[in-house]
Amino acid sequence: MSDSGKGSDTAVAPRKGPLGLPHLGIVDRWQRAPIWMKLPVVLAVVSFCFYLPFLNILPFAQVRTDLNAAGTDWSSVLFLIVVYMIVAVGLNVVIGLAGLLDLGYVGFYALGAYSVALFGSSSSPVTIALQEKLGFAEGWAVPFAACIPLAIAFALVAGVILGAPTLRLRGDYLAIVTMGFGEIIRIILRNATDVTGGPKGVIGIPKPPGPVDADGRDFFNGLDVHRWYWLALIVLFLLMFLVRRLENSRVGRSWLAIREDEDAARIMGVNAFKFKLWAFAIGAMLGAIAGLLFASKQGVVEPNGFKLNLSFLFVAMVVIGGSGNMMGVLFGAFLITYLPERFRFLDQWRPFGFGVALVAVMVLRPQGLIPNRRRARELEDRKAEAEEAAVDV
Amino acid sequence: MDFSSLIDQIGEHTANGLTKGAIYALVALGYTLVYGVLRLINFAHSEVFMVGTWAVLGVYTVLGATGSSGVGMVILATALAALAAVVASASTALIVERVAYRPLRKKNAPPLIFLITAIGCSLVLVELFGHVFRVFFGPPFGRALVSIPSLIDTEVWLNLGKTSITNMQIIVVVGAVVMMVALDTFVNKTRLGRGVRAVAQDPDTAALMGVNQDRVIMLVFILGGAMAGVASILYTMNYDITKFDIGFLIGVKAFTAAVLGGIGNLRGALVGGLLLGVVEVYSSTLFSSNWEDVTAFVVLILVLMFRPTGILGESLGKARA
Repeated sequence: MSDSGKGSDTAVAPRKGPLGLPHLGIVDRWQRAPIWMKLPVVLAVVSFCFYLPFLNILPFAQVRTDLNAAGTDWSSVLFLIVVYMIVAVGLNVVIGLAGLLDLGYVGFYALGAYSVALFGSSSSPVTIALQEKLGFAEGWAVPFAACIPLAIAFALVAGVILGAPTLRLRGDYLAIVTMGFGEIIRIILRNATDVTGGPKGVIGIPKPPGPVDADGRDFFNGLDVHRWYWLALIVLFLLMFLVRRLENSRVGRSWLAIREDEDAARIMGVNAFKFKLWAFAIGAMLGAIAGLLFASKQGVVEPNGFKLNLSFLFVAMVVIGGSGNMMGVLFGAFLITYLPERFRFLDQWRPFGFGVALVAVMVLRPQGLIPNRRRARELEDRKAEAEEAAVDV
Repeated sequence: MDFSSLIDQIGEHTANGLTKGAIYALVALGYTLVYGVLRLINFAHSEVFMVGTWAVLGVYTVLGATGSSGVGMVILATALAALAAVVASASTALIVERVAYRPLRKKNAPPLIFLITAIGCSLVLVELFGHVFRVFFGPPFGRALVSIPSLIDTEVWLNLGKTSITNMQIIVVVGAVVMMVALDTFVNKTRLGRGVRAVAQDPDTAALMGVNQDRVIMLVFILGGAMAGVASILYTMNYDITKFDIGFLIGVKAFTAAVLGGIGNLRGALVGGLLLGVVEVYSSTLFSSNWEDVTAFVVLILVLMFRPTGILGESLGKARA
């Protein structure tokens, strides 16, 4: 499909409003605003994000999740939200941009978590084996900073290993094969006790290095959770920037073309397989980074933390928010992580409510809550086609 | 690697595998039918099966049937339970179609959206039995494993060399194969079945020829649900349990079986299901039951790599049908 008929993301033909003036949506206005107007707003939003853990002024403090004793620590919830936002941004590359249905994303998340656990913890089977083989002192482990490239490398390799044979399959088969992959990773983590610690998991996962604070504690510790949140936030902003650059590059346009019509994209000279593999590998990498952050803060990992349901949750974040649109998936991740924590008092009713909400949102708004505009137009096209077909019959 | 034990009792393991596989095959039919006609994976189908097992429990409880009941009671209870399971499963499937799929079909939404609503539906169904019903009706609803009275004692009926085959295994496999043949005949020989094949082949042309698409789609969900209902009565007879989340793993396996045999192909579902069951039992003997699920998926990936359309190929609409 060519661009000419539909217009690209930036050059949307404005609808005519009253008085014949172009009717501009908030997104159009934002895109047309000069940089000196944008910058303060961005700065304000970013600083508000950093300030969130200390939000204590009523009535705004109602958003906090720890207003009563039963609630979860607010900073921890914020941290988890941001970690899942990273996941959503990564999965959005795979599902939203390249249009590949990955139901085993939790596998990459687990890979990231386990690579920092197995190499960074001095009590993991892997480091103990390394200590014995290479003659390092007891208590030696791979430093945290070195675990990051390790995790990324593992995820990239896993993404390519999984993608290379399966990306040639049709979409539906890809779904089941990736789902199988997610389960295989979890079962291996559970069963290969000699390497992964088995069902009990790994403890003593290292934390990022940092200066000792005024209270004499490590900078990243279990009490000052807001620092973890800040760290995750910085990582998220960095990754968002990188993915945004990719989206607007040759790679991003190729993904778009493949998503809309793979055959047409091929005819136009896009190496579909190569770019799909790239999407897979980049998505895997982001998943692993999120898993690494999560494991490092948690201090322990166990295989049961990476069940298939989590994969479905990730996909739901992307689709509910509006797949293909970064703001949308961030919003989706926020809703799906935050609401259950905020409404903790509903207890066992939450999964039921989540199911109902999932169906309701998708039936009423198939394009997602904050859709990608191009994607929304694709959906409208499809709807129009369906209506025409119905009239024909 | 425990080859000697596998070789030694190969007959026993094969019989176990076929029993397991027959259940997978019946559930797989639901996936295959819907996929063949709508080109979408009905992820809520696993819960359709789960609802069936609860219907069986319900009938047994209402009739007060237990293992010590008389012969007449056992026959009555089993027949009624089978009927209830089929009706419950088929209507669940139909409700899912009406609530979650039809509105989206009207909008011609992409498959991903169907997937999410299906996940939502299965969550709702699971939670109905796992929590909501418990709040209103109390136990046995809830998150605990529930045992279902075993009406027919397991006996050895056949002795083939070292292999002894129980009545349950025979009932399950024969029951599954009979249902499968019945469905295959229905789709291939009757007028309604011709409609199903027509829509699977080319929905637009079928509509022009006067096939009511919506009715065919409803029929497909009812057929798939009914097969899941039969699977649930056979399952409860064999394993005597149910649980609110029992459907998930069986659903995943059944879907794997459907893809393995060639999704959209009814006979493929049978082949895929039986093969998957046997492979699982063999591998759990060879390695350990911990690795059962890994083997299932590895086999699937291997088959798809060398035969991307499954063992028998996809063909509810094409070629033969």
